[in-house]
Amino acid sequence: MSVTLHLPAVLARLADGNAIESTGSTVGEVVGDIATRFPGLGARLRDADGQPYPFVTFYLNDEDIRFHGGFAATVSDGDEVTIVPAIAGG
Amino acid sequence: MATATLPDLTHEELRRYSRHLILPDVAIEGQRKLKAARVLIIGAGGLGSPLALYLAAAGVGTLGIVDFDTVEASNLQRQILHGTRDIGRSKLASARERIADVNPNVRTELHETRLTSANALEIIRQYDIVVDGTDNFATRYLTNDACVLLGKPNVYGSIFRFEGQASVFATADGPCYRCLYPEPPPPGLVPSCAEGGVLGVLPGQIGTIQATEVIKLILGIGNSLVGRLLLIDSLAATYRTVKVRKDPWCPACGTHEIRELIDYDEFCGIPNTPAAGTVPQISAVDLAERLRRGDDVDVIDVREEYEWEIAHIDGARLIPLEHVPSSLATIDTARDVVLICKSGARSAAAVSHLRGVGYRKVWNLKGGIDAWSEEVDSNVPRY
Repeated sequence: MSVTLHLPAVLARLADGNAIESTGSTVGEVVGDIATRFPGLGARLRDADGQPYPFVTFYLNDEDIRFHGGFAATVSDGDEVTIVPAIAGG
Repeated sequence: MATATLPDLTHEELRRYSRHLILPDVAIEGQRKLKAARVLIIGAGGLGSPLALYLAAAGVGTLGIVDFDTVEASNLQRQILHGTRDIGRSKLASARERIADVNPNVRTELHETRLTSANALEIIRQYDIVVDGTDNFATRYLTNDACVLLGKPNVYGSIFRFEGQASVFATADGPCYRCLYPEPPPPGLVPSCAEGGVLGVLPGQIGTIQATEVIKLILGIGNSLVGRLLLIDSLAATYRTVKVRKDPWCPACGTHEIRELIDYDEFCGIPNTPAAGTVPQISAVDLAERLRRGDDVDVIDVREEYEWEIAHIDGARLIPLEHVPSSLATIDTARDVVLICKSGARSAAAVSHLRGVGYRKVWNLKGGIDAWSEEVDSNVPRY
């Protein structure tokens, strides 16, 4: 499946832009593909066990993947994955 | 509040709020609800500034503000509650004066303290709605948990660089901040606005959205951001919302296993951080003395290149923090190494990393280049 991954600016500089085309059948596979292509980004998206961090929320379209199986959430052609890390500035 | 018990509006207030009174969804009853409302703003900084100004102008009757800082020159690029003449004054003194000028009908209640587990419930209990305009994760989790425990809506906003978030948490059936982010990032991973910067108008955008949500909650109109997270990217000029679901396993609002406030510094890992003080450090004065007498010291600045261009120490070299792990070949384990950044936090992380991979003769510059400017060479500008 071909999906678009959207990164916030703080992570986009570790990749080659803030919208990256990727492939995979689950969100985890998409993240794996991105982590292989941009090693600096991989460690910011998943922990040593390959799981998402509790302070980085992944949206599949507008749904939080935590409520849809986490990285096992299946993606469809044209889906959008948006990564929203916690920020605290005020 | 029943209409009969709402406060009346004076003739002056009728003139002042005319543009609200002719809005059918506000009208006199809505304006009286605003006058009766008690709203607590946590933080009188970037978000707190537009919040306080617009809520005061709108006629919210009582505004509580929690802050303990003084106004600094570097605040003025975004904290429009304060002015140049306020530099050095307490932010709350400045806020009270400005609010009284905007709308003398507003009663301000100043809480000049850091919000802590010891005082949060007592302060928050006094208000109808809480607005989170803080600048750190520990206070955000504290605010969230206190609001959940007390059943007070928490109007959330957060900013970093060019991007911002807003939502409404802790309403009766809605999710809370922990449903969105169960745990904070480890200290040092996410730079603060002081380290990473923030576009000055961004808190204006997010703060006015928070103010809008507060007013909607008071009036009981419209669709609030409960269950939705608004994401703003000011560079891309995009606004979008995503869903925030109430997590049945959330320890705060789901299982309710959090029955009292905890130690939020500990929860956010603050005592265990490689922050300034927990790694070997050297003062600016001592480093200057070592350099003056010609000691062989490799001074490495781990800030970003654009910070280096603003100010740097003669004789230092630049390796931005994220490049330190890949630059070990250029750092001699036999030489004394001093790592520096703006205030000492990022360089402490770098010291910790180098020590972790076997370097022994490595120190952190206490207080960073700020301390160097203050204690050694005032020609190095502060920023």
